[in-house]
Amino acid sequence: MLIDILISACLVISGIFGLVGSFGLIKLPDPMMRLHAPTKATTLGVGGALIASMLYFYFVVGNFSFHELMITLFLFLTAPITGHFIAKTHLHLLHKPADLPPTGTARPWASYESDAERQRIEAEQAAENPRA
Amino acid sequence: MLRKLLPHPFLTLTLIVVWQMLVNKLTLGNLLLGTILALIIPVITSPYWPNRPKLRSAPRIVEYVLVVLWDICVANVQVAYVILFKTNANTKPAWISIPLELRTPEAITVLAGTITMTPGTVSSDVAADGRSLLVHCLDAPDPDVVRDEIKTRYEARLKEIFE
Repeated sequence: MLIDILISACLVISGIFGLVGSFGLIKLPDPMMRLHAPTKATTLGVGGALIASMLYFYFVVGNFSFHELMITLFLFLTAPITGHFIAKTHLHLLHKPADLPPTGTARPWASYESDAERQRIEAEQAAENPRA
Repeated sequence: MLRKLLPHPFLTLTLIVVWQMLVNKLTLGNLLLGTILALIIPVITSPYWPNRPKLRSAPRIVEYVLVVLWDICVANVQVAYVILFKTNANTKPAWISIPLELRTPEAITVLAGTITMTPGTVSSDVAADGRSLLVHCLDAPDPDVVRDEIKTRYEARLKEIFE
């Protein structure tokens, strides 16, 4: 009985966060802000469903399942990479270097440095420091 | 000789454990197959990891993982609050530039991943020389506070683990 309530609570929490994340996609005004909604609100949305699934298999079916832990692990490894790709595409398509804060170093943000420039600097560094 | 056979003992161990978890059933056959894969894969992939860093202390790693998990839960609630109860005119997005003290590429990758998973921030780009990170904040009335928090909460801990 108690375990049913716990499982249901996890599923409801997961549903609410999934819904809020999707709503954020519609509501927020520009692509960079929209990126925040799915990378975060969904983590707890999926997490809640996975915890509910683990509880169900352990207490109701009676065997412990590791698959949910693996899904969590792979999600944590892949979500930032997807977010990074979308952000980079956005920087290339819609932003100019002048919109962004300065790097505070001698070189620009990696998206805006041309290949020719990078090769020149790397060749210079290799010449100065042959072993590195 | 042993170094050649086992270039990454930790990777081998991780692969064996992950294989058992994927199969979800502990039998001698699965253990054997997992061990064979865990011996072959590190040997094949070792050229891709020329200067891998040494991880300094296990308790620190556990502490870091717990801090990040807790922050992810808080982040979800905060982002949900911004989405549901703040008007778009009141939400102040900002780009911030975070100067990095970390130099290990692996440590910077972990930091960038952590930033993306936690409160209202997405890491978007890195300076061409790898010395600062470009981060986008969903709602940051005061960007300096966000930068200081990332530096003290995550970067300082990663520095102790990796360097």
